[in-house]
Amino acid sequence: MSVTGIGAAVRRKEDRRFITGTGHYTDDINRPGQASIYFIRSPHAHAKIKKIDTHEAARMPGVAGVFTGEQFAQDKLGNLICGWTVLSKDGSPMKMAPHAALAAGKANHVGDAVAVVIADTLAQAKDAAEKVVVDYEPLPAVVDPAKAAAKGAPLIHESAPNNTIYNWHLGDADATNAALKNAKHVTTLEFINNRLVPNAMEPRAALAEYDAASGSLTLWNATQNPHVARLVIAAFVGMAPENKLRVIAPDVGGGFGSKIFIYPEEVVCLWAARKVGRPVKWTAERSESFITDAHGRDHVTKAQMAFDGEGKITGLKVHTTANLGAYMSTFSSAVPTFLYATLLSGQYEIPHIYCEVDAVYTNTVPVDAYRGAGRPEATFVVERLVEAGARELGVDPAVLRQKNFVKKFPYQTSVASLYDAGDYHASLAKALEIHDYKGFAKRKRESERNGKLRGIGFATYIEACGVAPSALVGQLGAGVGLWESAEVRVNPTGSVEVLTGCHQHGQGHETTFAQLVADRLGLSIDQVNVLHGDTDTVQFGMGTYGSRSGAVGMSAIVKALDKVEAKAKKIAAHLLEAAEGDIVFKDGKFTVAGTDKSAAWGEVALGAYVAHKFPTSEIEPGLKEGAFYDPTNFTFPAGCHICEVEIDPETGEATVVSWTAVDDFGTVINPMIVEGQVHGGVAQGVGQALLEHTVYDDKGQLVSGSYMDYAMPRADNLPSFHVDTTVTKCPSNPLGIKGCGEAGAIAAPAAVMNAITNALGTELIDMPATAPAIWAVLHKANKMPRAA
Amino acid sequence: MAMTMTGEYQLPASQQTVWDKLNDPAVLKACIPGCESLDKTSDTGFAAVATIKIGPVKAKFKGNVSLSDLDPPNGYKISGQGEGGVAGFAKGGATVKLVPKDGGTLLSYTVEAQIGGKLAQLGQRLINGASKKIADDFFANFANAVSPRSP
Repeated sequence: MSVTGIGAAVRRKEDRRFITGTGHYTDDINRPGQASIYFIRSPHAHAKIKKIDTHEAARMPGVAGVFTGEQFAQDKLGNLICGWTVLSKDGSPMKMAPHAALAAGKANHVGDAVAVVIADTLAQAKDAAEKVVVDYEPLPAVVDPAKAAAKGAPLIHESAPNNTIYNWHLGDADATNAALKNAKHVTTLEFINNRLVPNAMEPRAALAEYDAASGSLTLWNATQNPHVARLVIAAFVGMAPENKLRVIAPDVGGGFGSKIFIYPEEVVCLWAARKVGRPVKWTAERSESFITDAHGRDHVTKAQMAFDGEGKITGLKVHTTANLGAYMSTFSSAVPTFLYATLLSGQYEIPHIYCEVDAVYTNTVPVDAYRGAGRPEATFVVERLVEAGARELGVDPAVLRQKNFVKKFPYQTSVASLYDAGDYHASLAKALEIHDYKGFAKRKRESERNGKLRGIGFATYIEACGVAPSALVGQLGAGVGLWESAEVRVNPTGSVEVLTGCHQHGQGHETTFAQLVADRLGLSIDQVNVLHGDTDTVQFGMGTYGSRSGAVGMSAIVKALDKVEAKAKKIAAHLLEAAEGDIVFKDGKFTVAGTDKSAAWGEVALGAYVAHKFPTSEIEPGLKEGAFYDPTNFTFPAGCHICEVEIDPETGEATVVSWTAVDDFGTVINPMIVEGQVHGGVAQGVGQALLEHTVYDDKGQLVSGSYMDYAMPRADNLPSFHVDTTVTKCPSNPLGIKGCGEAGAIAAPAAVMNAITNALGTELIDMPATAPAIWAVLHKANKMPRAA
Repeated sequence: MAMTMTGEYQLPASQQTVWDKLNDPAVLKACIPGCESLDKTSDTGFAAVATIKIGPVKAKFKGNVSLSDLDPPNGYKISGQGEGGVAGFAKGGATVKLVPKDGGTLLSYTVEAQIGGKLAQLGQRLINGASKKIADDFFANFANAVSPRSP
């Protein structure tokens, strides 16, 4: 390990600009002649749009244009799409209903945009928007996913009878039913995986500019994947040919998945910029984010786990209704299917698993991938069942887990995933030790003496990261390949630019990618710049999500570095007048094996560009190589999180008093950044378990639509975490990386709820386990302390 | 989101006086907080414009108000719905009952209302309190209007 290379806890290069306020986000960018756009959104969850009167608004000061969904429709642009086709059990394709960027005829959720006003200033646009008169005819709305497919429920899309998008399944139903029938014990749980609002610190934003001379459009956009945005907007929406559309994702302040998707607003900004002949900017207000950013989770699940007389799991049967909201967002179909059911084996050998998923439309904000995307939901199902099963069987939950762990790798699960490497015993054992599991009984007694209830909960989770092998996801219905690209551009003085198709929005790629290159070429990280986020600069790439940037993006860089090194060796051989096969490259130096003749990295880089000393008919001048890397398998990070809570029965408040996380992420490039990712993920998971709740009333009004009603986790909701790792390298990529971005959010909800149900002595409580919810459970169970 | 409110006011005027004032657009306009106009469109209908502020949301509502279940001088139902532009919408009704009591009139009401859009999104926690205040302000104004001291 070098000082700044792989494995070094280097401070993040990008933080200087972030913490000194010199970052450059979409909203920081201003173009000459720029106008502001304001979206007029439906206040009804479901309503016919009978008429929109824009006359008065159009005459307001500063107004450059007022446009409705009808006008948008007249331009015959394409709809927004869901790019992953999921088939129902009967082989029929999912019912993807039309999703226009501006609604015409009917609004399908509160927040659905029906018209826009473009004006010199945002204040003028807002004033004019007050003058737009929209004549709605409210329709009955359906909000509860469990009722969406019921007879008589209001129909949202003509093309999706019973509001059903697909009835999908995976696994062997007969064998699983037999396992349940023959089981010694069956644990059954029903739960709601609560709907979450993503709440990235930087709201979504778009700035669109049309250059009439060249006929090209430029879009600055807070997105996690600029190339995919360009592809969809060009090829599916048909806004402009791909070569006439440039998408720039500058600094992006958090995404958590919510900025993967192609949203109506960026499409409308591009359309409007061309209409009014001026750059058009939109930045979401926080209240707009609540009703337009794709939400996460929202599953209603019933699950049964079968055990034999020895405590071995013999089967798992799961039925989930997934609420996808009013429209199918970009990757929404894959989240409750291929990113969910394929992980239902957890860390365990479960011979028979069967999972059915019914995806439905409701009159709510679309639901799509949110940190973990399907895997937190799967982990919640498996880990809650295992914990509850251990309690019902009277077995220590750690022991029951150990008994069922996958021990030999590779392991083919009964739900398609092929686990390549892992050591689940090692992470559990280390976590038990760090957490002082043996001391829990004593701590519980101490809590009891103080009038508190104490509980402990585990989550031995698994996730599938490093998305994804292109041919495999193609077979599963993905509309794109999920490889990644890299270009390594060596300058004549030896410094390096790395162009990556990944995009950072908090992950620290500018540091970790530089560490990789510095380590390989014997440079300092200051000599390596990482460029990303501009379709005019960077070759095509697939962006950042699903903990893919390390496992897939860095593997592409390794491949490009291999090519750079191979060419540099050829050049070095000429410079050193030796045979190419005798050149050894180590620590930034080319040496002729067995001699003291050497050339420094910088000399060879310069030699490549001056091109004086090698035959350019055989070796091209310059030193720049690109590579595309397609993974051969998903990666399978796994680990053990242990949560301990203390509950005050007087108030019902649960406090997370300690947290141990032992994760196996494979090779760690920067342990400080990895630890930060674990902290952030756990915080989000604790937020889901204890605080965050998206509440719609039965009319489809979002009543938890601001931070007054939607509780985000804060520092005082969290203990100081004990974070550690075990390492089994991922065999399918050159660096052995598995990925770490989502682990905390995947493990935490199950760990918290296992701890809370342990403390309460009942499994019957849903997330978020707020103080009133816990108090109600205690009250019902008659465990309330009595006045002395 | 839906809400209900109930309340009672003892008014220092006869049942007939209270009933007459409850049917007088000029009195109603003066009493409805933020009311900018209330124009009679039929025997039992009005077009209304009112500016309402709830927490961070301020909006000018334009809508229709209608009277039904008229039972002079014992009470009626007053219903309305308004669009507040980008702030959302509100609709609802109040059943008003008048009973002679202690030389004056006891007015009791039950309000059922629904709001949507930004008002529901941002105002959830404030809406009951704010609505109660609007109702209180209205009836305080109305009590003033029917009291014999007032012109």
